[in-house]
Amino acid sequence: MSNSNHVTTEKTIDFRGGGFAPKSKKWLGFVVFFFILAFIEIGTRVGFISNLTLPRPSDVFTTFLELWESGLLWEHLIPSLTRLFVGASIGSSLGICVGILIGLFSLARGSLVPVIAAIFPIPKIALLPLFVIWFGIDETSKYALIAFGTFTPTVVATYGAVDNVDRSLIRMGQSFSLSWFSIVTKIVLPGAMPGILSGLRISLAIAIILLVAAEMLGAEYGIGAYILEAGSLYNLERLFTGVAILSILGVSVSATIGMVENRLLDWRT
Amino acid sequence: MDLRLQGIGHQYGSMEIMQDINLDIPAGKIVCIVGPSGCGKSTLLRIIGGLEKATSGRVIQIGEPPSESINPLTYIFQDFALLPWRTVEGNISLVLEDHGIRGSKANAIITDVLARTKLTDFRKAYPKQLSGGMKQRVAISRALAVKPAVMLMDEPLSALDSQTRELLMDDLINLWTREPFTAVYVTHNLNEAVRLGHSIVVLSRRPGKIREVVDIATPLADRKLGDVELERQQEHLWNLMREEAVEADKELIDV
Repeated sequence: MSNSNHVTTEKTIDFRGGGFAPKSKKWLGFVVFFFILAFIEIGTRVGFISNLTLPRPSDVFTTFLELWESGLLWEHLIPSLTRLFVGASIGSSLGICVGILIGLFSLARGSLVPVIAAIFPIPKIALLPLFVIWFGIDETSKYALIAFGTFTPTVVATYGAVDNVDRSLIRMGQSFSLSWFSIVTKIVLPGAMPGILSGLRISLAIAIILLVAAEMLGAEYGIGAYILEAGSLYNLERLFTGVAILSILGVSVSATIGMVENRLLDWRT
Repeated sequence: MDLRLQGIGHQYGSMEIMQDINLDIPAGKIVCIVGPSGCGKSTLLRIIGGLEKATSGRVIQIGEPPSESINPLTYIFQDFALLPWRTVEGNISLVLEDHGIRGSKANAIITDVLARTKLTDFRKAYPKQLSGGMKQRVAISRALAVKPAVMLMDEPLSALDSQTRELLMDDLINLWTREPFTAVYVTHNLNEAVRLGHSIVVLSRRPGKIREVVDIATPLADRKLGDVELERQQEHLWNLMREEAVEADKELIDV
C-alpha cells in the first residue's frame, strides 16, 4: 500500500465458508455394506482370510435361507419380537410417564432423580439372576429385564425433553387461561416429543441388546438362544446369521422411529 | 373495564426492580410504557396480567369486562409464542378450545379475526412458513379471537425489521380506529410510543418509578410519519430518558 509505484493487484477472495452440514445420502450406506461384504467374500475365497476367522457371507446367506425354508426362522423370531415388543412397551411407556412427572413436579424431581441416577449405571444384565428369582425363568423375567433396561434411559430423555420445552409457550398458555391439563397435553407434550423420540431410539437399541442377554438364559427359542447355541458349537455361519438378523432388527426399529418422527414432527424444518 | 395499579413494588431477592407505581389504565385508550432497559417494564406488564406476583401493591379491575370477552387480559408477546406444530388456524383454535368454543362457532371467529388481520390466505400455513411480521399478525389475531377487555403488549414489534414495524403499526392503528380497544403497550422504541400511545408513561431506571406521564392529544389516525408535533414529543421523551439510559447502561457494567 505504502509503496510509491504500487501496482494494483486483483485477486479473487478464496471461499472459506461451508461445511459442518452433513447430509444423509441413503445409497452410501448400502455401498459401504456391499463393499465390506464383497471384501470378506473375496478374502475368504482367495484365502487371505481363513475360514476360522470369518465365515463366507454367501454361506451365512445360505444358512439364513435354510433357516427361512425350515420355518425355524419364525419360530425364533416371533418369541423374540414378542419379548422385545412387550418389554420395550412397558419400559418406555412407564419411562415416559415418570419422565413427565419429573419434568412437571418438584416433589417427583427431588425424590426420583437421585433414584434414577443410581439405577441408570447398573448393567441390567447383571440383574438377570435376580429377575429370575423374582419372576421365574419364563417370559415374565425376560419382559422385566427389557422393560427395566429401557425404562431408565427413557426417563432421562423424557424429563430432559420436558425441561427444554420453550417456557414462553407455557407462559402463553397460562396467559390465555388454558387449563393445566391442556397446557400439558397441547404444549408440553408436543414440545417434548422430539426429545422423547430421540431418547426412544437409544432405549430400543438397548432393548435389543438386553433381549439377547435375556434369551441366553433359559430360552428354547429366540434369536438370542439361536446365537448362544451356534456359539457353543462354534458354528460361525449360524452365529453370523443370528447377528445379521439382530442388525436388521436394529435397522428396522430405527427406520420405524424415523417414520414416526417424520409423521409427528413434520412441523420442524 | 378500567385497570388501576396501586402502589406496585417488586423485588427479586434483595434487588428492588420497581417502586410505588400508581397508574390508571382507562378503557378504550392505549397506554405506552417506556423506560431504559432493566427498569422492569416487562415485569410490570406481567404483574398487570397476573403472570407474576408483585411484592407489594395490587392491580385492581374497575367494572366488569364485557360479557362476550373470553379472556379479559390477553397478551401479545415479543417472540410471538406460536405453537410451531399447529397451523395458523390451529394456533387460534387452541385458545378457543379451552373455553368450550369449537366447531362452527370457532370457525366463524377464526374467519373473522383472520380477515381483520389480512391473514385469510394463510389459514393453513405453519408458523415456520411465515415471516416475522406475519407471525406477529397471527399472534394479534389470536388475541383478538378471545375478545380481550385489555390487550397487554410486550414489545410486540421489537423483533421485526423497521419496514414491517411501520406496516404493523398502521395495522394496529386501523384496528383501533375501527374498534377502539384498551391496551398497555410496553416498548423501548419512542417512535412506537408516540405513534400508538394516548398517554406515555416514562419509567426511571432501576428501581423503576414513574418519572412522567405524557399525554398526546392527536388522534391516532392523524399521526403520520414525520409529524412535527410528534417529533417534538419524541424529543421530549428522549431528553427525559437519555440520562436514565446512560446511567442504566453503566449500572449493567457495574454488576
